[in-house]
Amino acid sequence: MRGLTKTYPAVRGRRGVPATPEVRATDDVRLDIRRGEIFGLLGPNGAGKTTLVRQLTGLMRPDAGRVEILGHDIVRHPERAARILAYLGQESTALDDLTVSLAAETTGRLRGLDVRQARDERDAVLDELGLQPLAGRPIKKLSGGQRRLACFAAALVGERPLLVLDEPTTAMDPVARRAVWSAVDRRRAERGTTVLLVTHNVIEAETVLDRVAVLDRGRVIACDTPSGLKERVAGEVRVELLWRERAPLDVPEVAALQDRVVESGRRWTLRLAPEEARAVVATVTGGAAFAALDDFTLATPSLEDVYLALGGDAEQGLVKA
Amino acid sequence: MSVVPAEVLPGSALPVDETASPAAAELGPRARLWPALGAVYRAQLSRARVARIPLLFVATFQSIGIMILMRGVVDGGAEAQAVVAGSAVLVVAFVALNLLAQYFGQLRASGGLDHYATLPVPPAAVVLGAAGAYASFTVPGTVVTAVFGCVLFGLPMAHLWVLVAVIPLAGAALAGLGAALGLLAPRPELATLLGQLGMSAALLLGVLPADRMPEVVRLARDLLPSTYGVEAFARTFGERPDWAFVLGDLAVCGVVGVVSLAVATWAYRRAAVR
Repeated sequence: MRGLTKTYPAVRGRRGVPATPEVRATDDVRLDIRRGEIFGLLGPNGAGKTTLVRQLTGLMRPDAGRVEILGHDIVRHPERAARILAYLGQESTALDDLTVSLAAETTGRLRGLDVRQARDERDAVLDELGLQPLAGRPIKKLSGGQRRLACFAAALVGERPLLVLDEPTTAMDPVARRAVWSAVDRRRAERGTTVLLVTHNVIEAETVLDRVAVLDRGRVIACDTPSGLKERVAGEVRVELLWRERAPLDVPEVAALQDRVVESGRRWTLRLAPEEARAVVATVTGGAAFAALDDFTLATPSLEDVYLALGGDAEQGLVKA
Repeated sequence: MSVVPAEVLPGSALPVDETASPAAAELGPRARLWPALGAVYRAQLSRARVARIPLLFVATFQSIGIMILMRGVVDGGAEAQAVVAGSAVLVVAFVALNLLAQYFGQLRASGGLDHYATLPVPPAAVVLGAAGAYASFTVPGTVVTAVFGCVLFGLPMAHLWVLVAVIPLAGAALAGLGAALGLLAPRPELATLLGQLGMSAALLLGVLPADRMPEVVRLARDLLPSTYGVEAFARTFGERPDWAFVLGDLAVCGVVGVVSLAVATWAYRRAAVR
């Protein structure tokens, strides 16, 4: 908690559900998030993202550690979290039977707005997100992406300086996604809103986040800007080879690569230094191997490569949407 | 304990104890009890309108069906009064106890409580708002059942106005019980089961004339809060109702209502922050 930074220096170990082996869902996580930042939590299923978020929002007490949001100690005063942040969880069951407009209005009322304020804000947010045509429909009757957008609208009514969004754009079409990110950007530009985003989506993480923390088995294995993280593996290039039927192992250059590839069916993925990559491409695009090759790509590293290079669980990887 | 210099206090409305450190942001407003309760009530009532109208019909027809069946068994007098009163209160038990237990059980299991828990709402507002909405939702069914019963058994309708007190008080007792069961049950199936059992108990112990029951069942009957609503209502069909007893029975409902709603509020707090 120094100056204008927002700090979550936390030593959190959360014992798992009883009767199963003890699980540390978050293990000594330390993160500082600055005001006005869009900060991402990235990691595979079960990495502890949701546990971490539940501790930040006061829904779950950490066993140890501190959470401080905008100068307030959330572990000592969990009830203050609700007055500083707006949380968009993954579940919409509490709002499902309401119409879009009543869900937004009620949420605003429960954030302490009076009737007039709540209605004004509701109308403004529904206009902003293009939800007016759906305002009178029950949320349950909407498609997955529309439902998500309606819940996002409810999260925005009753201004909060921190937005905690757990996979906000799941199942959304590109138009809805754009509406979400421009609404977030507007709030950040006009009011300095801070955003904590939980995501699976690597592509989205690369484009919208200022900084990202990669979580694996309850620990932060890296925390930097997306491009900063990518620089860590900048020396490497990803080569993907797609064979017609199977790899021509009779070609000695190809056989030599076999123990360095990640194989999935006809697809081989290699992480190589640029010169090596060039040599491999030259080998497979000429000579005997070319006949067996269907397609190939060369790519600079993505956040997924970073994640894998940092020692995340290579078998699982991140879900790429 | 840190001492906060006066000049860093943002604005004047912020008391010192709200400020954790000099740079602490101003907290958003807290939702006050009554407006929040009103908002939850309104939202729950609208959800009930959308999703629960068919169930209200089921509840009403169930009670009317029971009265028609019982017509062959009882022949007027005190027993008929008990049947009509029991059937009317059964509608309250069906919606307020059974459906509310199911609702809270599902909300808890699916993580829906997180939505309320991350809003600055007093827990009592959420529980009372939902319980109140479910209880009000029983009004039409209860009134229809009571009027139909009076016509069927030829009972006087002069004192039907007592429903104005019976529905909210029995509703509070049963809705509080339903909410507490739903929020305390570790699994949603269990919440559903408990709600169904509670309703079955209200059916068997409330509708069937107590005089023909064995001692044990009568004891169980005395423990069930809906019984007092039934008794209060049944007494008003008499020639000269003894209003002191009516008030006494309603007071029991009221006390059970306050206690069970307090338990439900506690259970909500416990379920919301795990």
